[in-house]
Amino acid sequence: MKQISLYRRHKAAGPLLLIIALLGIGTTFNIASATMKAPSNTFDRSAAIEEGKQIFLKGCSSCHGINAIGGAIAPSLIGVGAASVDFQVGTGRMPMADMNTQAMRKKPVYNEKEVAALAAYIASLAPGPAVPTDAVLNYERDGNTAEGGQLFRNNCAMCHNFAGQGGALTQGKYAPTLMGVEPKYIYEALITGPQSMPVFSDKTITPAEKLSIIKWIKAAEAEPNLGGATMGRIGPVSEGLVVWILGLGLLIAIAVWLTTRAR
Amino acid sequence: MTTTEKRLGAAANFVDERLGAAGWMKKSLNKVFPDHWSFMLGEICMYSFVILLLSGTFLTLWFDPSQRDVIYEGVYAPLKGLKMSAAYASTLDISFEVRGGLLMRQIHHWAANIFMAAIVAHLLRVFFTGAFRKPREFNWILGIILLTLGFLEGLFGYSLPDDLLSGVGLRITSAIVQAFPVIGSYFSFFLFGGAFPGVGFIPRMFTIHVLLLPGAFLAVITIHVMLVWYQKHTQFPGAGRTEKNVVGHPILPVYMAKAGGFFFIVFGVTAFLGAVASINPIWLYGPYTPGQISAGSQPDWYMGWLDGLVRMAPPLETHAFGHTISWNILIPALIVPGIIFTLMAFYPFIESWITGDKREHHLLDRPRNVPNRTALGAMSITFVLIALINGGNDILATNFHMSINQIMWFSRIAIFILPPIAFIITKRLCLSLQRSDRDLVLHGRETGRLVRMPSGEFVEIHEPISAEKRWILTSHEQRAPLELPPVDARGVKRQQALKNKLRVRLSKAHSVAVPKVSAAELKEIEQH
Amino acid sequence: MSAVSMEIESIDNPGTPVHPPRAADVNPRAEKRAEQQVALLFALSGVGSLLLMYAYIFIPLDVFIFVPVMGNQNAHQLFLGLGMAFSLFFLGMGAIHWAKTLMPETEVVNHRHEFRSSPEDREAFVQTVKEGVTGVKLGRRKLIKGSLAASLGLFALPPVLLLRDLGPLPGKELEKTSWKAGTRLVTDPGNRPILATDLEVGAVVQTLPAVPEGTERLLSDIAKDPVLLIRLRPEDFQLTPEKFAMTHDGIIAFSKICSHMGCAVALYEQQTKHLLCPCHQSTFDVTRGAKVIFGPAARPLPQLDITIDTEGYLIARAPFNEPVGPSFWERNSQ
Repeated sequence: MKQISLYRRHKAAGPLLLIIALLGIGTTFNIASATMKAPSNTFDRSAAIEEGKQIFLKGCSSCHGINAIGGAIAPSLIGVGAASVDFQVGTGRMPMADMNTQAMRKKPVYNEKEVAALAAYIASLAPGPAVPTDAVLNYERDGNTAEGGQLFRNNCAMCHNFAGQGGALTQGKYAPTLMGVEPKYIYEALITGPQSMPVFSDKTITPAEKLSIIKWIKAAEAEPNLGGATMGRIGPVSEGLVVWILGLGLLIAIAVWLTTRAR
Repeated sequence: MTTTEKRLGAAANFVDERLGAAGWMKKSLNKVFPDHWSFMLGEICMYSFVILLLSGTFLTLWFDPSQRDVIYEGVYAPLKGLKMSAAYASTLDISFEVRGGLLMRQIHHWAANIFMAAIVAHLLRVFFTGAFRKPREFNWILGIILLTLGFLEGLFGYSLPDDLLSGVGLRITSAIVQAFPVIGSYFSFFLFGGAFPGVGFIPRMFTIHVLLLPGAFLAVITIHVMLVWYQKHTQFPGAGRTEKNVVGHPILPVYMAKAGGFFFIVFGVTAFLGAVASINPIWLYGPYTPGQISAGSQPDWYMGWLDGLVRMAPPLETHAFGHTISWNILIPALIVPGIIFTLMAFYPFIESWITGDKREHHLLDRPRNVPNRTALGAMSITFVLIALINGGNDILATNFHMSINQIMWFSRIAIFILPPIAFIITKRLCLSLQRSDRDLVLHGRETGRLVRMPSGEFVEIHEPISAEKRWILTSHEQRAPLELPPVDARGVKRQQALKNKLRVRLSKAHSVAVPKVSAAELKEIEQH
Repeated sequence: MSAVSMEIESIDNPGTPVHPPRAADVNPRAEKRAEQQVALLFALSGVGSLLLMYAYIFIPLDVFIFVPVMGNQNAHQLFLGLGMAFSLFFLGMGAIHWAKTLMPETEVVNHRHEFRSSPEDREAFVQTVKEGVTGVKLGRRKLIKGSLAASLGLFALPPVLLLRDLGPLPGKELEKTSWKAGTRLVTDPGNRPILATDLEVGAVVQTLPAVPEGTERLLSDIAKDPVLLIRLRPEDFQLTPEKFAMTHDGIIAFSKICSHMGCAVALYEQQTKHLLCPCHQSTFDVTRGAKVIFGPAARPLPQLDITIDTEGYLIARAPFNEPVGPSFWERNSQ
């Protein structure tokens, strides 16, 4: 005992104690929450998988095949993970209404619980990226806006435009706008690479960097109009239209007034 | 005599005794300017230029034209701590830390866009009304020079802030420079002070943008305006107007008040745009690094048609004897615009060669009365518009759910097919307008009132048009095409038979017209 | 040579029309009203100037107000600009309204004269020039003529020469990049080396060559060095054996600098495996070695030969075997 009390005033004692205390709290909380949720979780999970399977057979299997192994018009879903399902079905992209165009965001067909069930079912087939939890998605705490902007301009702006407004791809495909997209879905899109989008691996763009990107997108979304109406933040094309229609149009109207005789 | 008059007299006396200016001033102040809204387009250009000088001077007070690396520590949080050029950082400071700085930046940029738009509109007015004809060919060429200077000045100004969008523009500029055969890479290295993006381009461009080109502008604009002054303004045909006179308001006081007032209006409208509409939000683009890019990277509208041409160019390169020639850059970015601008500059001479008309002209043409020229103009506008649309094909594609590939293929085909179609349609439209003019003079205006004749037939009452209107519709001249028979009147064989044949052909096409109403015809009608 | 005129006899010019007087010319009340309108316009301009000054001094830079249609606006910038616009615009409106309603509006007729000088003047001018030229006797002074021409020719050269130091000579600069055999590929930004096993199928990474700790990259290097890593299934490739040998386990590396005009080509469509350049829409097929399948680019993107080092990190096996970026005259593209 005396030995320990000797180290009490050591300069590392404070931080060390803090770490021990934090670890302790963390473990206790983890155990507690695990013990509290564990039974219901396993129960829920198998039920959810079963429910998901039923939804899948009814709504998805006609294209993706009975066991999600893919068909002539739709890819295999083995190994795509819960994150992919959550993104595609949660944003209403799947089920696809029109096969000819790109799957676009629309009102989801399934509710939150059904999406979770579907995700659980697909995840049960083969391991894949999981749906990020709220704890992971704390971009306000873990992200850095300026760094996110740099990452965004390097990895995202070429398709989604400098302000996340979206842009054109080949043959009528497009990168959708990122304005108003929930952080969870942005994160899932980054790790799963939906439709035309490539995958951004966690090793090359770390989870922290992904949160920085999200934080920057959210900052761009919330940014007030610093210089007046933005006209879509799509660059010089809309500016050119404004010049001809509003600028020159107004000036010509005044010139016409100027050169007519007063009555 | 009131005191004011006395003072004015004394001042005039003071100046005149030293400069002997009274005679010249009297003549100048009595100069007459005809009124027409389209004559104000040139003034919009000049006033925008003054606005550009004023707002530009304001911006230079804070702008740091340097490619030196700095770490941004200003108020705009999303860029804090990033490495960027001093040029970009100082533009951010102008935007966010100098009061009125963002307003001035936006006024400067809107004014530049209005400047170019007004130049183009002014050019079209001069072209379609034939105001470029003798004796005004010099001024037409000066106008083309101003337009060309405008492209350069605009490109440099757009590039100065060194943001991601303008950097991409510079990257493309450097590729165009590099594409010049033989001297390309040398020229590029000298221009940029080394391999792109180099260290010297922004300070050099700054000097050109704020000193060299504005100086050239000032000189050419001065000559341009002095020539208008000296040669007196053209006027539209109308009652009392002839080739020998100018009818309008004298400089003092009406024209002075109107033109002066219009300057403030142009400035006011530009300031209004600067206040309510964001332009070139460089803080969103981010600092330039060559490895980054944004979707929809476009130049300003007046360069957009060039970008559109580059986009639709075929993938052609020649590789021979260890050298490369990039036709995919040279043709759309240098050769085609070069041809267009040369033809445009020489058009007054080309037209007078075709018509054989070497007389002075001070009365403007109504576009319908010169169908060939009007059709040629419509053809050129169609060409540029298709190129411009293709320059924004990605923006069109995203906003109207189209495919860039489809728009590109449409443009590639349409750029060859639609301009000739526009030519034919416009020419026919002009001729049918001439026909309706003729009907109007002969039969008068339809009143919409129906009268039943004793025979039971219904006829609409036509009201004769006023003498002034009739004059406007019939005062233009209709010249016969050139005749250059292979053997001339003195029995000598003409040289250059092929050239003459072409000239006669063109002249014939140029003089196609619906015969206008003659005095004799009118007399006959009146006697009925 | 002159055109045969078949000018139709025109009707007579009716002469300058007489305009009816304006209301303010004949009606004193209308005149008074016009005067008041002009004064009101000038007053509005004054209000604009006051608004500008108020905004400049009293509205802080960080206040935002909501404006319908336009959204959240910076109040300082908005009111400063509106004040300026009002102050200028109404000043102009006032002046024009004044000129239109109250200033004398009678049209004036000026006469034109032909620009051609009188025959005597032209004759005298030609004579003067002739006398001047013959006085110089350039035709007889062959020696002077020759030496003048030579010195004028030489005189034109120094100004061009003086610009020589604007920049270095290109040399082989356009053909080189920082990639060397064994250079690690690192993430951009982040500068982290990349394990081949880190990439899933369908993944892309923007990379740069590794630089020693603490060195700054030059922008002119970033203009040539960026490389895009893409992982496909090896069976997706339709490459020549040489090009296939340059890939590693389905990972293929291309220069990110467009072979057309040097923009960053980085729009990778994972499903079609096409790369699109956002500047001019050149489209490259990754499976066929970045072959151009659409747009103005004439050459495929240069491919970087990659492999892994002993620790499993991706490295360049060799530098680029052709210059990256847009074409130039000295480029040997064969």
